Amino acid sequence: MRLPGDIDLGAATSVWWRNVTVYKHTWVKNILPNFFEPLLYLIGMGIGLGYYVGAGIESSDYLAYIGPGLMAAAAMNGAVFEVTYNMFVKMYFARLYDAYVCTPAQIQDVAFGELMWAVTRSLIYGFGCFVVLVGLTFYGYPIITSWTAVFLPVVVIMIGCLFGLIGQLFTASIKTIDLYSYFYTLFVTPLFLFSGIFFPTSRFPYGDEIAWFTPLYHGVRIARAFASGNITTEMWVSCAWIVVVCAVLFALVPRRLKKRTF
Amino acid sequence: MATTSAVRAQGLFRAYDDFVAVNGIDFDIQVGECFGFLGPNGAGKTTTMRMIYRTSPVGGGTLEIFGRDASGQGADRDLKAMMGVVPQLDNLDQEMTVTENLTVFARFYGMSKKDRQTRVEEMIEFADLVDKRDSLVETLSGGMKRRLMIARGLLGDPKLVILDEPTTGLDPRARQRIWEKLSELRKRNATLILTTHYMEEAERLCDRIAIMDAGEIVALGSPRDLIQAHVSKHVVDIRLGFDGDAKALKPLYGDAKRVEELQDRVLLYVDDAESLIARVAHEFPELDALVRQATLDDVFLKITGRGLDG
Repeated sequence: MRLPGDIDLGAATSVWWRNVTVYKHTWVKNILPNFFEPLLYLIGMGIGLGYYVGAGIESSDYLAYIGPGLMAAAAMNGAVFEVTYNMFVKMYFARLYDAYVCTPAQIQDVAFGELMWAVTRSLIYGFGCFVVLVGLTFYGYPIITSWTAVFLPVVVIMIGCLFGLIGQLFTASIKTIDLYSYFYTLFVTPLFLFSGIFFPTSRFPYGDEIAWFTPLYHGVRIARAFASGNITTEMWVSCAWIVVVCAVLFALVPRRLKKRTF
Repeated sequence: MATTSAVRAQGLFRAYDDFVAVNGIDFDIQVGECFGFLGPNGAGKTTTMRMIYRTSPVGGGTLEIFGRDASGQGADRDLKAMMGVVPQLDNLDQEMTVTENLTVFARFYGMSKKDRQTRVEEMIEFADLVDKRDSLVETLSGGMKRRLMIARGLLGDPKLVILDEPTTGLDPRARQRIWEKLSELRKRNATLILTTHYMEEAERLCDRIAIMDAGEIVALGSPRDLIQAHVSKHVVDIRLGFDGDAKALKPLYGDAKRVEELQDRVLLYVDDAESLIARVAHEFPELDALVRQATLDDVFLKITGRGLDG
């Protein structure tokens, strides 16, 4: 089956399956951190720091405020790691992509297969966080307060796609692996801190305006809306933002990769 | 149009930035043939291979594979489905076992699950890796890895098999086993293209050979024809001492069809070696001299003025 951009879904699935095969070797060891990390953040920031933020933010309890945003961040982290260091190693050190394109597969199939895997990792990370959020909700912290939370996996997929593509574009554009430290310290970390997860972006001058042009901000907005059931026009704008940016990146990434490998 | 050409190139050209890797070469590889590209590193062999197996664009000229145009990018998927590629550098998936490597790659050829399993089993047996099937690739020896690479290249049951330096870096025994595998392949009527810088390999496996140097084909023919056309049947190979001076040997040169003075040796190309070797033994008893058959190495030396190692 062919997808737009001459992507062969069968070949892409083969690349995805390769990653599943490798993950199956170690998943027992790797799955637990997916639960610990969000739990620690929620306890440390939400319950610990939240105690001193007595009034809460935007009329919700501090823990409930940061919960959905942390899930968005988990989805980002899950995707980003796969398409940065891991993809670079597969491409240049293990030369796996050279091996793939010697079969009937083309580079765009490979890119799409890796994207499918990045989204899969987002779902694994996001699911870990979701379980913790649901647990805390039942424990008495009102984090997930609406049935609309059933759409949260869709949000995770959108964020996974978005960051998978951003990471692929970066990987296809660099020549040394050292440059990822810039990607993480100057892109991923600021997004984590200033996308409205821990405090509203309006805290800083032009904070909202600047954040609007950054990717995680929209993911956080959508996640928060679905968790609380407060569906707004802004949320739909954020959905559209992610879809449009994904579409642009989707066209760009294979072209870049082709230049590097063909 | 009926054709017996597997791969045909006319004026095939490829340059990288300011370096011409392949400078307008012509060849016509027949179906069922084993065709070798022989030459030193940097001669343009790998670039030629990559153009044939469609991972490097054709820079100029025409390239036809089984009668279909392969100089664009349009039909690449279909063309690649007919080929099996064994690249020069090890790009097996180190994080997976032998079986997993083959199973994952078999998926790329769009086989049903049952066909995939059958084919993977066949290939594990072909590569003599039955005992190693569940071992991680990183634990295999160099020879085993190379056999696994070949098995991986054969998963799609290719009509055309392309091997880029299949035995480089292997010890003689491992090399021998690879040669046996390639002979087996020939019996199955696959068309084989291989590159090598071992003349012994080329002589043993190839029906025809193109000798490449600096991006061009400098000679083309069967190993025997090349030797006959370019050098004599025998070579008297005289080793000079440490302070060896070829000058003293000059009187012998008249007896040879051709003379090659190397740093530590002098090669005399002759049809009748016996009288010459007797003369050497008589006039220069202190020197080591031996008679050997002329090889492709000698052909290469004559054509390019240097050896395949140089």
